[in-house]
Amino acid sequence: MMEITVISGKGGTGKTTLAAAFASLAQNAVLADCDVDAADLHLILDPHVEERRDFLGLKLAIKDEDKCNDCGRCLEHCRFSAINEDFEIIRDSCEGCAVCQLVCPEDAISMIDRLSGEAFISSTRFGPMVHASLIAGEEASGKLVAMVREMARKVAKNGEKDLILIDGPPGIGCPVIAAISGVSMVLVVTEPTLSGMHDLERVLGVAEHFGIPSAVIVNKADINEDNTNKIRTYCSERDVPFLGQLPYHDSATESMIKGQTLIEHADNPLAPIIKDMWNKMEEILSE
Amino acid sequence: MITMKIAVASGKGGTGKTTVAVNLALSLKKCTLVDCDVEEPNCAIFLNTDMQKLEDVRLPVPVFDLDRCTYCGKCADFCMYNAIAVFPEKLLFFQDICHSCGGCAILCPEDAVSETTRKIGEIDHARLGELDFYQGKLEIGEPLAVPIIRRVKEYAKDHPVVIYDAPPGTACPVIDTLKDTDIALLVTEPTPFGLHDLKLAVDVVRKMNIPFGVIINRDGVGDDGVERYCEEAGIEIVMRIPHDRRIAELYSKGIPFILELQEYREIMLQAYWRIYRMAEAGP
Repeated sequence: MMEITVISGKGGTGKTTLAAAFASLAQNAVLADCDVDAADLHLILDPHVEERRDFLGLKLAIKDEDKCNDCGRCLEHCRFSAINEDFEIIRDSCEGCAVCQLVCPEDAISMIDRLSGEAFISSTRFGPMVHASLIAGEEASGKLVAMVREMARKVAKNGEKDLILIDGPPGIGCPVIAAISGVSMVLVVTEPTLSGMHDLERVLGVAEHFGIPSAVIVNKADINEDNTNKIRTYCSERDVPFLGQLPYHDSATESMIKGQTLIEHADNPLAPIIKDMWNKMEEILSE
Repeated sequence: MITMKIAVASGKGGTGKTTVAVNLALSLKKCTLVDCDVEEPNCAIFLNTDMQKLEDVRLPVPVFDLDRCTYCGKCADFCMYNAIAVFPEKLLFFQDICHSCGGCAILCPEDAVSETTRKIGEIDHARLGELDFYQGKLEIGEPLAVPIIRRVKEYAKDHPVVIYDAPPGTACPVIDTLKDTDIALLVTEPTPFGLHDLKLAVDVVRKMNIPFGVIINRDGVGDDGVERYCEEAGIEIVMRIPHDRRIAELYSKGIPFILELQEYREIMLQAYWRIYRMAEAGP
């Protein structure tokens, strides 16, 4: 079974739009939305939720005021600024490490589960989809990404699917690492802007750091042709396959408004280019 | 003296946070800009300046003295992040998932755990006229953005007018950027994705009790969903940046648009005074 993650480094380059288009081209795949703190893939794929599971993120420290003698050892040892001068626990800052519980001489602190989100197994017109939502402001998005991937693998195994197509988060940190670790390939969607290029370099560095093959797609390529050419050259110098480039076109937004993928959206010039990219990627994967 | 800490945030990535943060900072001229998008810091590209490194951000990590270790496994049992695994004659430590809480060093009954540090990122600085600019930058392959965000914000703590460029999303790095700010500017685009992620961002700032206004970027590109939502929810739209190919092209070259399209400097300053009044009024 193959796993492919669509990432970008920089946000807003068209990851989800392309992931949705690829979803309508994939023949026998499970779709997974791993951009768990701003998930958008469901707006296009319109999933029908069949199963939901609670996501318990980090633990949370709570204090028994009756037992606390204000000794301050918890404040002294907490490295997350999660205990204030009045020895109260600040929920938003607590990372659930349990050091306060460990050092408390009065046994006043206990660690409780913290409901941080939900994960879903759903059906869509393109096959099963696993997705999630993180409660606003909760931590541990990397852990939720790992949970979505684990569920997607089970769904794929039970349904005899041969591909998991993952819509990844922006950035290069914890949730991105969780979304790409161990996948067959990452597809990096970038744009020909200095920011896009800077972020491309960093995100390719992360893929390389974890030994994952990458391929690159340039979106809105005609916004700056010079930069697009620079990206092509850069990819060939680094030996990263270049799958193709898409021009800026209003159909990307129009299809989003209609809740369609770019493959479903009638008469748009982007669809054949995306099909070509998909074929190239399948070729690379089969090698 | 006016003091105001402004966070420029958005649920969705690529809506124009950095554009707003940099152009606002250049319009104000005298202020401090802090790039808190430490995974992909891009403000420096638009300021076109050399940065001076102020410090490495380092995190404590445990070191295990295997001569003393009895493989009792208490550290592995304690570690909430599963960063330690202990077998009868073997101890494995997974540095990437360690949160540096220090618990294993406190708890080891054999005193076999001490701590050292490792670099996870750096803080850089530049000064352009009266504009002070700080950026945090995460090392490639490192997962933890939050300690760098906390550190870079420290530098601007006592500065009067500070603009934080936040990372995208609604998770921990965003929360840490938003902490202790007087007002949030939520940048969105008028599309279904933009609207959906704006609602998530609004949830976060409401929960944190931070006053906020919305900036619509690429105004005119999609539908009227964002507009209707803001009207129904009583949210003030403090500025609109039109869907204009000239702005997109300047962006692609790393040029802040107020430098070329002078009329926007005045529009930026008007938006600034609007949010100043909103911050004063409170949530």
